[in-house]
Amino acid sequence: MSNEENNKEIKELLRQALAPLKDTELRRDLWPQMLRKLDEQPSRVPWFDWALAAVLGAVLLLFPGAIPALLYHL
Amino acid sequence: MELLERFAAGDLEAFEALFRQHQKEVYAWIVRIVRDSGIAEDLTVETFWRIYRARDRFQPAGNFRAWARRIATNAALDHLRTTRREIELPEDLAGAEAADPAVRRETRDRIKQAFFQLPPKYRLVATLALVEEEPYDRIAEAAGISAALVKMRVFRAVRILRKQLNSLGVEVGAK
Repeated sequence: MSNEENNKEIKELLRQALAPLKDTELRRDLWPQMLRKLDEQPSRVPWFDWALAAVLGAVLLLFPGAIPALLYHL
Repeated sequence: MELLERFAAGDLEAFEALFRQHQKEVYAWIVRIVRDSGIAEDLTVETFWRIYRARDRFQPAGNFRAWARRIATNAALDHLRTTRREIELPEDLAGAEAADPAVRRETRDRIKQAFFQLPPKYRLVATLALVEEEPYDRIAEAAGISAALVKMRVFRAVRILRKQLNSLGVEVGAK
């Protein structure tokens, strides 16, 4: 059996078991749900940013001589 | 300032306008992938949440619709990845009712079982290309891959399905 025929046979079986959706209409406005999600999840600083800041702080405390080098590279 | 520029600048009213313009289309795309209206609603909101968070990266001169569809596809794919082990098919929407009664329920269940065991990236393209008959280039654009790769994934999905179906006792053509 060719790939084309094989595809067709599987496609027919699939379409008999999982017919294409006829009703894809959204029945309600999702904006209120969206607003709730926006309220629930204020933008947070990712943990790795805090970790990076902590490492940088520690380095500057231990090696204050690095401050000019850091400022030069900023 | 144009709507897309205002959105990219973080204007919530502009985001609301875009949400209202595109929510139906995004939902319609997602529901065809996940085949469950409740999950599709949640994923539509998740898609717009991702869109809102990524607004800084959006180019106002770009195509918002295509960008939203791509994010929606990723959200749907993430959902398929997290629910892969759940083989039960939601008997939801018109699809289930429209199934051919000539195909015995047991056979249909086996086909569904095989289908839901497909790796998510294959299930995505198989749903869109084989069940929903979306053109390859449209799937490619939404999934962020080439049309050739879509074709290859469809081919592999068919191969896996054939093997699975044969092992489940459903006779499908030999290679």
